[in-house]
Amino acid sequence: MGTAACTVRTPTTTPSPARDSAQADVGRGGTSTPNADPFPSTYVPFPSRTTVVRNVNILTAAGPLIRNGAILLQNGKIAAVGTTVDAPADALVIDGSGKYVTPGIVDDHSHLGVYAAPGGNALSDGNEATNPATPQVWAEHSVWPQDPQFPRNLAGGVTTLQVLPGSANLIGGRSAVLKVVPGRTVQAMKFPGAKYGLKMACGENPKRVYGGRGGPSTRMGNVAGYRAAWIKAVDYRRKWDKWNADHKGDPPARDLGNETLAEVLRGNILVHNHCYRADEMAQMIDIAHEFGYQIRSFHHGVEAYKIADLLAKEGIAGSIWADWGSFKMEAIDAVKANMALVDHAGARVIVHSDDPSGSQRLNQEAAKAMEAGAEIGIPVSEEQAIKWLTINPAWALGLDDRIGSIEKGKNADVVLWTGDPFSVYSKPEKVWIDGALLYDRLDPSEQWRTDFELGFVPFNRN
Amino acid sequence: MISYRLNSRIGAVVFTAILAMPAAAQTIAITGGKVYPVSGPLIENGTVIITNGKIVAVGANVPIPAGAQRIDATGKIVTPGFVDASTQLGVQEIAAVNDTRDMSARGKDNIAAAFTVWEGLNPNSVLIAPARKEGITSFVVVPTGGLVSGQAALVDVVPGTTTDMIVRSPVAMVAEVGDPQSAGLGSRGELIVKLRELLEDTKFFQTHRDAFDRAQTRPFVASRLDLQAMIPVVEGKLPLLITVNRASDIDAALRLARNYNVKLMISSGAEAWMMADKLAAARIPVLTGAMNNIPEGFASLGQRQENAGLLRKAGVQVALIGNAGGGDEEAFNVRNLKQEAGNAVSYGMTWDEALRAVTLAPAEFFGAADRLGSLQPGREANVVVWSGDPFEFTTRAEHVLVRGREYNEKTRQDLLIERYRNLPGTHNTPPPR
Repeated sequence: MGTAACTVRTPTTTPSPARDSAQADVGRGGTSTPNADPFPSTYVPFPSRTTVVRNVNILTAAGPLIRNGAILLQNGKIAAVGTTVDAPADALVIDGSGKYVTPGIVDDHSHLGVYAAPGGNALSDGNEATNPATPQVWAEHSVWPQDPQFPRNLAGGVTTLQVLPGSANLIGGRSAVLKVVPGRTVQAMKFPGAKYGLKMACGENPKRVYGGRGGPSTRMGNVAGYRAAWIKAVDYRRKWDKWNADHKGDPPARDLGNETLAEVLRGNILVHNHCYRADEMAQMIDIAHEFGYQIRSFHHGVEAYKIADLLAKEGIAGSIWADWGSFKMEAIDAVKANMALVDHAGARVIVHSDDPSGSQRLNQEAAKAMEAGAEIGIPVSEEQAIKWLTINPAWALGLDDRIGSIEKGKNADVVLWTGDPFSVYSKPEKVWIDGALLYDRLDPSEQWRTDFELGFVPFNRN
Repeated sequence: MISYRLNSRIGAVVFTAILAMPAAAQTIAITGGKVYPVSGPLIENGTVIITNGKIVAVGANVPIPAGAQRIDATGKIVTPGFVDASTQLGVQEIAAVNDTRDMSARGKDNIAAAFTVWEGLNPNSVLIAPARKEGITSFVVVPTGGLVSGQAALVDVVPGTTTDMIVRSPVAMVAEVGDPQSAGLGSRGELIVKLRELLEDTKFFQTHRDAFDRAQTRPFVASRLDLQAMIPVVEGKLPLLITVNRASDIDAALRLARNYNVKLMISSGAEAWMMADKLAAARIPVLTGAMNNIPEGFASLGQRQENAGLLRKAGVQVALIGNAGGGDEEAFNVRNLKQEAGNAVSYGMTWDEALRAVTLAPAEFFGAADRLGSLQPGREANVVVWSGDPFEFTTRAEHVLVRGREYNEKTRQDLLIERYRNLPGTHNTPPPR
């Protein structure tokens, strides 16, 4: 039961790009926040060595499958990819015969750390269910870095996670975008420079949670709640814009919730909206138009296929399950071809998990959805489906310029699979983040064990 | 052959079977496939002959009766229909809609041994057809909750009434061990005491029924009907299927079973691999999955995907059930049993063992191996022709036969897709026929 080497390795001392993120986060139209980044990322890449994987099939998420190709990971970046690459003499060479390389998987709907294992009330930190609108809360303040679900996700090929607050509230709070790496603090896991997301939720959950305690108790109550919050946020933003322009008198009083909502209105925070039904998604789009913000992705989107044309027109992604459904009234119209239909209509498809087990097999979820498409005459290629797992969720997080595809210059977040990733028999063999090998199925010393697992969990994963 | 009517008021699709029952002497020949009888070795280029809903011949050189309807399975794989060994299919339509949930009884002090869950089974559940479409031809409907949840039944996925569906009932008495809170008790030890009390009261009741009827017995821990239902359990005739995860709880259950001569089966069994040798020695079968490695509670800290493979290697009989805990696997997603099997292979089970764990093994556990679970003469013709490896995502169940009849009706999902496939379109009107 040895401690995984990577939990005790000393990170390199490269200055963190996070130091610049306060500036990076200031987007169009200034800010309402004196300090845009009060909990800065302290992440630094783990030590890496120049690595070449040869004779390997590469699904790049940026073009056609490269058969028997090669990839060079150097200084934390993808330095070269192609049918062959020039590798320095000291590079570690891995033979990938019969295997596949893909970009690291990005799960844009996770509750790791905020609903940590082993669960129970003590670790239930995902829903601030004390008020239907809590834009003032930040998921990162609930994340337990020792959640044993983190290393299991890494072993499933997940390299970046968006940890969202739960869906009890109309407005649930800020998300945390994390690298799936060991860290003593959540700051050490935060993706440097990543924008925050805002969790919103439609439908049954808020009205169920608040129906018996002051409301909303109906869907119309839900909509009134969103609009009331945005009206205040528009007003708040206007006051700050005015003060930013003239600096006359005292600055307006700070309000944590409105700071977040104003940043959404400025485009600095991306909206992730839990919504099942087609009719409700259409209403949420109208609300976004009314107040001038953009919804980045509808999450769950069980009925996304009914308004796939609308999602395509609005540029909104659908973060979808392959086959979850029927567990609540708003989920009864789930169809396995949802992803294929949404993709076919030209909207961005994302395979999301909302589940610590499912997130370890997002490749399998995609494979089920591909088959469902093929069954109705909408085949989806592996080149397309890999995007559902990588570049599309990276886009949803605003990180598609850094991660999500195998292209020269991108972060070396890479998975080596034992075979075709869309086969039930394939598993991640090795996972690199920023070029550092953080998981190796063949080498228990390269398997991260959280503090919690020591003593409590009676085996080493492999 | 089957007409669909949209009942707009309740929003449910009503399937009206107007197809007459199979003709008396209907014979079907499935030819040319790679046949996995499970009860015997693989037959390359095998033939399966079905007459009157039963398998009458399986082999490599089987003559095909004149006039038989042929299903060409060349290049395809033929297996017994899959059996989900633990589900709430048919007794739970929509988990969050209370009046569609019929899997639990209140009982008396969390004991509901008399509860026969299948009385609430809805053969018109829209979740049944999607399961069959993906190769599930039988399932065990299992009650949940409390200390003693009630009795389970094995059913075939055929249309008609619950009576038509039932293969065998009851097939097990279901109880929860190691979750004292769910049982309304204070600790694990108290839970075992409570079970002991129930078993002892059952034995006493069995021999003092006359006195009970004259109201001349001491009070019992359970009601009359519950005690009566427990009699086959203390006689060792009806298995006690316990949901249990922690190794020490499994150990406690083993002691209990030994002391009271109870035939035990284990469901879930997150840490069963830690008890594999003892379970093998006591010949206790385990129902578990291969898609969960989350230490999701202090009773499941040792949960791992290798569980099923490790148990099998130690000689424990294993049936695979869904255990990843997502997407309504209790009902809608029993169709993912094949994915569970594929993952079991990925984590240490052999392919043949995994096939057995979703066919013959559960049939054996529940006393129905003479009816289903294998391709042998005399068995019900629950047969699936797969386009390839049944556990692989690219594979389709091309022909699904239950009791000799092929089903390929449209599911509610198929109808939704027809309606919304072309956008913008006739969103609120049925597609043209």
